[in-house]
Amino acid sequence: MAELIIQAEDLYKNYGEVAALRGVSFAVEQGEVFGLLGPNGAGKTTTVEILEGMRTPDRGIARVCGIDPEKSGSRFKEMIGAVLQSTSLPDKIRVKEAIELFAKFYSSRANTDDLLKRFQLEEKRDAFYSQLSGGQKQRLALAMALVNNPQVIFLDEPTAGLDPQVRREIYDIIEELKSEKKTVLLTTHYIEEAERLCDRVAIIDYGRVIKTGTPRELKHTSAGTTRIEVRLARPVSDGILAHLDGVADCREFDGTYVVHSTRAPQTIVALVKQLETDNNELQSLEMFSPSLEDVFIELTGRRLRD
Amino acid sequence: MASNPIGNTLTLTKIRVRLAMRNRTFLFFSLIMPLGFLFFFVTIFSKNDPVWTAYILGAILTMTVMGSFWGLSVQLVMFREAGILRRFRLAPLGAGPMLASSILANYILVIPSVVIEILVTKFVLHMQGWGNLWAIFLLVTIGSATFSSFGLIVASVTNTMQETQVINQVIWTAFLFLSGATVPLARFPHWIQGASLFMPATYLATGLENAATNLATNGEIITDLIALTIGVLVAFEISRQLFRWEPEAKLPGSAKLWVVVAMIPFVAFGTYENVKGDRLTRIRQDFQMMNRTATAVPPSKSH
Repeated sequence: MAELIIQAEDLYKNYGEVAALRGVSFAVEQGEVFGLLGPNGAGKTTTVEILEGMRTPDRGIARVCGIDPEKSGSRFKEMIGAVLQSTSLPDKIRVKEAIELFAKFYSSRANTDDLLKRFQLEEKRDAFYSQLSGGQKQRLALAMALVNNPQVIFLDEPTAGLDPQVRREIYDIIEELKSEKKTVLLTTHYIEEAERLCDRVAIIDYGRVIKTGTPRELKHTSAGTTRIEVRLARPVSDGILAHLDGVADCREFDGTYVVHSTRAPQTIVALVKQLETDNNELQSLEMFSPSLEDVFIELTGRRLRD
Repeated sequence: MASNPIGNTLTLTKIRVRLAMRNRTFLFFSLIMPLGFLFFFVTIFSKNDPVWTAYILGAILTMTVMGSFWGLSVQLVMFREAGILRRFRLAPLGAGPMLASSILANYILVIPSVVIEILVTKFVLHMQGWGNLWAIFLLVTIGSATFSSFGLIVASVTNTMQETQVINQVIWTAFLFLSGATVPLARFPHWIQGASLFMPATYLATGLENAATNLATNGEIITDLIALTIGVLVAFEISRQLFRWEPEAKLPGSAKLWVVVAMIPFVAFGTYENVKGDRLTRIRQDFQMMNRTATAVPPSKSH
C-alpha cells in the first residue's frame, strides 16, 4: 500500500451556529489525485483550508506528510503548494515579479522562466496582475503554487468561473502534475473535472463525506442505470413516472424530470404511452450514461449545483 | 536566504517599494502635496524670515513622516480585505516580516521626500544654514518607524476599510493640529499645550522643528528620540500580536483599546513633562524669541 500523504480524521468545524464540517474523514495516498466533490457550501473549502493550516478544526485530526498543518509552521509550508478558491495579488505587481517574489520565500525553488513557459505566461511576464484575464490569473495562481516544487498540492476549485477552453487548459496542467506523481487534493463541483482528473473521489455534502471511491466504483453504485431527462408540456406527479417500466428512481428538478432506468428503451415506450393517456406532450428527452452526478443525486436527492 | 525572517523582510520591502512607486496616488500624497504645503506655508507665514522658514520645514517634515501612519494602515487593511494577505499566509512567512517590511519600505519611501523638502527649502525658499541634519535624520528614521507602527496597530484593530478611515481621521486630526505640526504649540491655551505632551506627534514635531531651526541641544532632541523609540517598540509588538491575515477574522470592539495601550509610553512622558519637565517652557521661550528675532539669523544652541 502506498504511503498516506493526507489524512483527515473526523474533522468538525462550526462557524457560529453553522456546522461546516460534521465528521469529515478520508485519506490520500502518495501520487494520487484525490477529489472532494460537492455543491457550494458542502464543506470542501473548509476541509482544504484545515489541511493547508489556514483554519483550526474544532475537533478531529489533520495530517499532511505526517505533520499537523496548524502547528508545524515553515517546515510544513515548504512542502505544500496551494491554489486558494480565490487568489488576489496587488494590482501593480508584474507576472514575473509575483512568481519570483513567492519563490524567494522557499528554500527549494523552481525556475521562473520554466514556470512562465509551462503556464503559457511568457508573453504576459511583464503585464500587471490587473491586466490579466481570469484564466491568466488562475494560471499564475497555479504557477505560484509550484514555485517551491511542492510534494503536495491543494487546488480549491481551480477552474470555477472559467470558460470551457481555459478549464481544459487547466485540466491539462493538472494531468501533467498527475504524471509527475505529485499528490493533489482537488475540490470541485464540476462532475467532468472529477471524472477526468481524479484517481479517487470523496462525495461531500452538508459537512460529511457520504461516499468515497474511484469514479468508476462510484458510478457502479448506480449500476446499470441510464439517466433520462425529460421536460413535459404539463407537470405530472413524480409518482406516475416512478412506476413506469424499468424506472429505479425519479426526481423533479426545476421542471425537468430526472429518471434513472435499468431498461431505458422500455421506460421510454412506457413514458410515451403514459403521456398519450394523460393527453400530455413531451417537450424534450435526453439520455445519459451514468455519471457522478447520478451518484450524487442518488445519495443526496439533490443536484450538485442546487 | 529563503525562509528566514530577515531575508523575507528584505524581499517584501523591495516589492513594496516598487509597488508604491507605481502608485500615482502615493506619489501625489507623499511628494507633491507636502511640497505644496511647504510653499504655501512659507509664502503665507514666514514673511521671508529664515527662522520661520526653517520652522515651517520642521513642520512639513513632521507631516511627511506622520503620513506613514495613514498610508500603511489603509494599505494593510486593503490587502487583508482583498484576500492578498491570505496568499502570503500560505508561504513560509510570519507576521513579523510582513509588518517589518511595511515599516522599512515606508522609511525608504519617506527619505527622498525628506531630502527634496530640505533641498527645496534651502535653495528655493532660501533657508539659512542646514539645521541639525544629524538630528533630523535620526528623528525622521525613528519617527517614521513609530508612526508606521501606529498605522499597523490601526490596521490590526479595525475590521473594515470604513472603520480604518474613521479611526485614522480622528487620530490624524489630533496629531496634525495638536502637536505643533500646523499651528505652533505656543499659540494654544496652556491646557491644550499640556494635553499635547501626551501625543507621540508632539515629540516628533517639536524635535524636527527644533532640529530644523537649530534651536535645540542634542540632549533635548535625545529626549524626543527616546520617547519615539519606546513608542515604536511597544507599537510594533502590539501590532505583531494583533496581526490578522484573514478578512473574516474579526477582532472584538474591545481590541481597539490596544491603541490606547500603545499610547502608554506617551502618557508616561506626558505626565513627566507636565509635572517635572520644562519642555513647554522652552517651546514658549523659543516661540517668543523667534517672533522677536523675526529677521535675524537663528541663534544656535546645539553642539
